[in-house]
Amino acid sequence: MTELTRGLEVREGSFGVHGSPDTSGYGGLRKVVSEIPAAEPPFGSWFDKAVLALSKSLKAKDLMPEQVIEKVMIYRAELTLMIAREHLLTVMQSLRDEDELSFEVCLGVAGVHWPEEQGREIHINYPLLSMLHNRRLSVEVALPVKDPRVASVTSVYPGNNWHERETYDFFGVIFVGHPGLTRILMPDDWPGFPQRKDYPLSGVDVEYKGAIIPPPDERRWYT
Amino acid sequence: MTTDYAPSIETTEGTVFNLSGGDWESLVTGVEGEQERIVVNMGPQHPSTHGVLRLILELDGETVVQVRPGIGYLHTGIEKNLEFRNWVQGVTFVTRMDYLSPFFNETVYCMGVEKLLGISDQVPERAKTLRILMMELNRISSHLVALATGGMELGALTAMTFGFRDRELILDIFEMVTGLRMNHAYVRPGGVSCDLPPGAVEKIRATVKHLRKSTQDNVNILVGNQIWLGRTKGVGYLDLQGCLALGVTGPVLRATGVPWDLRKTQPYLGYERYEFEVQTQDTCDAYGRFLIRLGEIAESLNLVDQALDFLEPGPVMIEDKSIAWPAQLALGADGLGNSQEHIAKIMSQSMEALIHHFKLVTEGFQVPRGQVYTAVESPRGELGAFVVSDDSTRPYRVHFRDPSFSNLQATPAVGEGGQIADLIAALASLDPVMGGVDR
Amino acid sequence: MGLEEKLPSGILLTTVEKLAGYSRKTSLWPATFGLACCAIEMMATGAGRFDLARFGMEVFRASPRQADLMIVAGRVSQKMAPVLRQIYDQMASPKWVLAMGVCASSGGMFNNYAIVQGVDHVVPVDMYLPGCPPRPEMLIDAILKLQEKIQNEKMGSAKREEIVLNEEFARKELPLLERKGLLA
Ligand code: SF4
Repeated sequence: MTELTRGLEVREGSFGVHGSPDTSGYGGLRKVVSEIPAAEPPFGSWFDKAVLALSKSLKAKDLMPEQVIEKVMIYRAELTLMIAREHLLTVMQSLRDEDELSFEVCLGVAGVHWPEEQGREIHINYPLLSMLHNRRLSVEVALPVKDPRVASVTSVYPGNNWHERETYDFFGVIFVGHPGLTRILMPDDWPGFPQRKDYPLSGVDVEYKGAIIPPPDERRWYT
Repeated sequence: MTTDYAPSIETTEGTVFNLSGGDWESLVTGVEGEQERIVVNMGPQHPSTHGVLRLILELDGETVVQVRPGIGYLHTGIEKNLEFRNWVQGVTFVTRMDYLSPFFNETVYCMGVEKLLGISDQVPERAKTLRILMMELNRISSHLVALATGGMELGALTAMTFGFRDRELILDIFEMVTGLRMNHAYVRPGGVSCDLPPGAVEKIRATVKHLRKSTQDNVNILVGNQIWLGRTKGVGYLDLQGCLALGVTGPVLRATGVPWDLRKTQPYLGYERYEFEVQTQDTCDAYGRFLIRLGEIAESLNLVDQALDFLEPGPVMIEDKSIAWPAQLALGADGLGNSQEHIAKIMSQSMEALIHHFKLVTEGFQVPRGQVYTAVESPRGELGAFVVSDDSTRPYRVHFRDPSFSNLQATPAVGEGGQIADLIAALASLDPVMGGVDR
Repeated sequence: MGLEEKLPSGILLTTVEKLAGYSRKTSLWPATFGLACCAIEMMATGAGRFDLARFGMEVFRASPRQADLMIVAGRVSQKMAPVLRQIYDQMASPKWVLAMGVCASSGGMFNNYAIVQGVDHVVPVDMYLPGCPPRPEMLIDAILKLQEKIQNEKMGSAKREEIVLNEEFARKELPLLERKGLLA
């Protein structure tokens, strides 16, 4: 667990200044950006019951809950379960099918790229909704950027089909078992994954005549 | 076997003729005896696809055997752009996503930012009521466009004229309050950008009164109209199971009889105080969705009236000076700008106020590390915002779960097996807005 | 010239160029090329209150082959650019392009990987209309300005000469990036 809560990034100075003759006094500030810490039980509200129900269901499937649920995060009264990537599909199945959980709707999947987090660079987050119990919960999985593979949940939640294609399009996450994992929003032959942090905001070629758009900060200059 | 007009290629599935315009007769005689399977590309520039949507249709005569929607022709990279601007500037981008319901985009984003900051309950009451007021007006204008364009796509041009006519009246209110007809950036983290101008309440009341009557025009010409019934009844069938599996929300879900409306089930911004009925139908078809939209227009008109009743004098921006936009924004003749008193104060009286203004406007405020998911009921369904902060003055990542995106996914489910004309009706009843789908 | 005096009343003399310009400008048929938010304003312009029909422009054509004005209303993405070009190519000459909104004119606020930074990368633009979105009145004004331009358009060999001259002028222009404007 300690490995998970370590600092993601160290920031120095204000305005991102480095080694400048900054006399404001803020130049020496050091700040560690950390991950959301794990919550300790009891979690309060209906969270305990839900986690318990999930654990029970996992045990029935011969899985150790501690190995599957890496971390329980509670932030601003929202429950997020960090799941080991090889068990994602099983967890989703339980979340949907157990009576006490019944999260019937999956509202898609969103990727986040944390380049500083070695080996867990890409996080994907599935918000789930239970109309029966009127509850929300998120499931999160961390993947290494070198091998961003995870099981597709389209067999459990068919509506995630396009959402997974979108996450593939922008983050390069490969959803194994997806019926047709192709680019969806960008042109089919687009190189790179635009919403990763190492992809520039701008400065890409236009298809027509091979023109190049300079990045915004270099677009105009005044001499 | 080739024809002059249609060059053919051999594929694993047989001979494929490629035709783009030209003489149909000569092709038909050319392919005599071949197994006929027509693949038609419809869009992305087509008047009936509800925006820049591309549909690849496989036809057997008039019957649609397979539909494959192609999207992305309006992808704007808004989510990435947000990461390069500060939290307040983000509002300007999100308002341009689903351009028919800008206030919902702004509100859901701001609610996310407020939740991250932990200030959700410090947002002043008046600001919350104003948000609801604007959102409900927006819901009306959005549904009016849905009726208008839906009507136009089915050839009911009068419906379109009525829809746009009534929408203009609402845009007048928007312009009076925010300075703009569209893309307002009115809702800001911590409140709204400015208070109602003098005379706005009376104008809104008068408009609501007028709209109660004029929106009846569409009811009168369409409800029970034989042609309209013939085009929409039993068309685009999607039942509850299909909706849940595909993550479809909004009027489409409510047309299956489920009263799922986030305003009622998970109230936000004080919706629990308002009295309204969740509109449902149990027909699961395009006609039911159309009726729901009409019903919601009427309910929203009531909600606007209630919101005006709830309006109490007070601030419209959070107290906390480290978050509140420093300038008292005011609407001038040339649009929204800093108020003259504020300029006078920072330029000639208070150096500290100037520094504060400068810091907050250029650098912005910091939002603590965290991630939240917020959702509102937009005219098209659940609009969610997944907002991640890394403890800096700019969003780390914002992802929008746009209802149009999920609902559009149901196109094959509602369109396959029917005729092409029905596909258009079904698509119009899903009411996707491509700006929201592609973001 | 003594010709005018000899004409019976009710007859007006003009040049072929002017007559053609006059007929062209008063019967513009726009192709619907609505893309984003601006498209909604374009539709509003065609609807009741603003009523584009007053200027002989209401026949929005869905087929590019029947249209001679393309109003690019909205942001053009990299994916849409080839489609845009194809539609432009399908339109019959003479044809004009109106870039509606800042997105179509220059990329606007979306200075990113997804949006073409101005449709003039893809098609020649005759009229740029700023605004985000431009009000319907602005669109009408832009169209009227365009009509003025069409009225004075040359024909035949004069047109060819004009094209050569314009080309010459454009070649000598500094790229946008290097222009200094008022800061020169
Ligand atoms: S210029 Fe503004 S209104 Fe027009 S398409 Fe671009 S963002 Fe939308």
